[in-house]
Amino acid sequence: MTSIGTGYDLSASTYSPDGRIFQVEYANKAVENSGTAIGLRVKDGIVLAVEKLVHSKLLVPEANRRIQTVDRHVGLATAGLLADGRQLANRARDESLNYRDSWKQPIPLKYLADRLGLYVQVYTLYSSVRPFGISTIVGGIDENGPTLYVIEPSGVFFGYHGAAVGKGKQLAKTEMEKLKLSELTTRQAVMEAARIIHLVHDDAKEKDFELELSWIGDETNGLHLPVPKDLFEEADKAARAALETFE
Amino acid sequence: MDHFPTNWGRPRNDAYDAYGTYPIAQRPYNGPKDTFEAGVQRTQQPIVTGTSVLALKYKDGIMMAADNLASYGSLARFKDIERLYPVGNNTVIGAGGDMSDFQYIQSLLDSLMIEEFTAQDGHSLGPKEIHEYLSQVMYGRRSKINPLWNSLIVGGFKDGKRFLAYVDLLGTTYSASTLATGYGAYIAQPLLRKAIEGYEDVLTEEQAEKIITECLKVLFYRDARSLNKYQIATITDKGVNVSESRSMETTWSFAEGIRGYGSQTQ
Amino acid sequence: MDRVDMQRIKSGEVNLGTSIMAVQFEGGVVIGADSRTTTGSYIANRVTDKLTFLHDRIYCCRSGSAADTQAIADFGHYYLQIQAQALGAPPSVPTAAAIMERMCYQNKDQLSAGIIVAGWDKQNGPSVYNIPLGGGLFRQPWAIGGSGSTYVYGYCDATYQEGWGRDETVNFVKNTLALAMSRDGSSGGCIRMCVITEDNVERLFVPGDQLPRFWEGKEVLGAATKKPAGVPTAAADVVPMAVEA
Repeated sequence: MTSIGTGYDLSASTYSPDGRIFQVEYANKAVENSGTAIGLRVKDGIVLAVEKLVHSKLLVPEANRRIQTVDRHVGLATAGLLADGRQLANRARDESLNYRDSWKQPIPLKYLADRLGLYVQVYTLYSSVRPFGISTIVGGIDENGPTLYVIEPSGVFFGYHGAAVGKGKQLAKTEMEKLKLSELTTRQAVMEAARIIHLVHDDAKEKDFELELSWIGDETNGLHLPVPKDLFEEADKAARAALETFE
Repeated sequence: MDHFPTNWGRPRNDAYDAYGTYPIAQRPYNGPKDTFEAGVQRTQQPIVTGTSVLALKYKDGIMMAADNLASYGSLARFKDIERLYPVGNNTVIGAGGDMSDFQYIQSLLDSLMIEEFTAQDGHSLGPKEIHEYLSQVMYGRRSKINPLWNSLIVGGFKDGKRFLAYVDLLGTTYSASTLATGYGAYIAQPLLRKAIEGYEDVLTEEQAEKIITECLKVLFYRDARSLNKYQIATITDKGVNVSESRSMETTWSFAEGIRGYGSQTQ
Repeated sequence: MDRVDMQRIKSGEVNLGTSIMAVQFEGGVVIGADSRTTTGSYIANRVTDKLTFLHDRIYCCRSGSAADTQAIADFGHYYLQIQAQALGAPPSVPTAAAIMERMCYQNKDQLSAGIIVAGWDKQNGPSVYNIPLGGGLFRQPWAIGGSGSTYVYGYCDATYQEGWGRDETVNFVKNTLALAMSRDGSSGGCIRMCVITEDNVERLFVPGDQLPRFWEGKEVLGAATKKPAGVPTAAADVVPMAVEA
């Protein structure tokens, strides 16, 4: 941490002499401390999955969801500060609603990602605010089919076939690269997503975690919905079984 | 309540425009002139309008009907308009009055339903909530002297309960086992009451459909802003179903033998 | 008593008392309009272009107040440019129609505008949207508008058929407008048309002295009473009416 004590890391509106913005880099650290979130873009849909680390046994199960719904056809998963994720999801809902009001059509994901990118970037410009401590996976189906984007704390965003953010993103990416994403069905992708989340979870270091799964595809009629109980159980069970053989 | 959307907001006077043939932009006005009218916020007037909506309770739920016409004054301008609009899986709203305002209401409800969907909290809005929401919107707009020029019927079925209620441009609400707007309030409502009241829990879908189509037919005979193309919606425990557009059968053959208007026989 | 409601139409305003039309066909749309603009009964412009560019493959036909509809079209053009940049692709016709409708609906108290939006896009192919006086959005295979349109609803209902090609559609638009212009004093001049397809937008023009002609009384079709064949007809044997001094 060469930045510490130099004074160049106190504000997002100050560059370091070598052209870096440390506050944004710190925001990325906040993301890396978080449980993994992944998104798969497959043949006919999108699957989002999150490894939600449970820091207390006293928490109500399924509370503090990290996968949120933006619009009928759009889901959003975050890694990083939970509250920042909620704020961005609310902003995404506003954008989506505004687009619908103006153009009487569902928002295209590219446009949504663009708007969210702009919004996040603004928080890297001023000394009075803190950059978003989240990386966000936005997935959905629009007129161009299944689409997946990741928005980072700096405000940049990229489109992906498979996206991973948070603690286990490296391992998750390696696993996703082995898949033929464009040939999978959404149902198959749910199984893979559950497996990857279980795989990247580090039993030794972390305590308990809760698996979150959502999907958008033909089977959900184009809606972003939580994966139904029976499929969830099936995917969760298969993931645990695969873990045994993997090790 | 005056059920003719074209009369709303204007003095009743048959001396002019006895047939209601208003090309709206040029409609004559014979009321008192307000010297300061330019400074007064004006209420709009309905332009593209729909006529009656009918609704009734029957054994399995709610049945609603409306024709497919949107009029432009006396011009039958759009003949393929759907005036029954499903909202979620338990509700249908039927609209008479201004169709641009109705489309606006549709977009309001769309936004509302999406907001509820994104909450993902396991709850969904039913007919009761939607009707309450609409009544607040309608009353709110009339209080701004800028009403949404509609009379609406909200029909629904949720948690084993039927729901049927009315709301209009003033925010007036009421509920009954049969409802009708527009001309239907005068012509169809008495027929519906006679056929339905007391039998809400025994009438089958087939019987209900027969009654409602009979009412539509009478309306087609007597409402000069109606059309013989219509749709029927049912809301039951199986969800919402809005039918394809269909044509009604009408009878005219008896007219062939009519001669003159009194004693004439030739 | 029968004072014309001029609260709506501000006095002295220039109006497109108009005949406008749009028809979709396999592969494109044909839009058309007359060219007359009036202030009261004076023709302010006899060669108006009421077919207005909104985007590369989306046009609108304007009727009502010239000032209002030009302002709406200018805003529509502006919004669609932004939309095209934001999406990195040409906007769709329903999208264009939606934004035009929103302006008409939200400002209904201030505006007198009846607009038809038509064009071609990748998702929907050809499409036509009608936006009447107070707003509202209505998709139609064919749409007519303006004061002249009321005279030709019957003609359109009787004539229009699905499955026409380009040339039949152009003819339909040309004939309908000619009929409307001949009966509506607020319409007239020339016919302007556009054929909008995936490939291009083609402008067509029919000069005011070459409009299609229909039944106009005896000067076109001859005397009301049929004369036996062989007898010289029309002009030659018409005796001018004597005018008293």
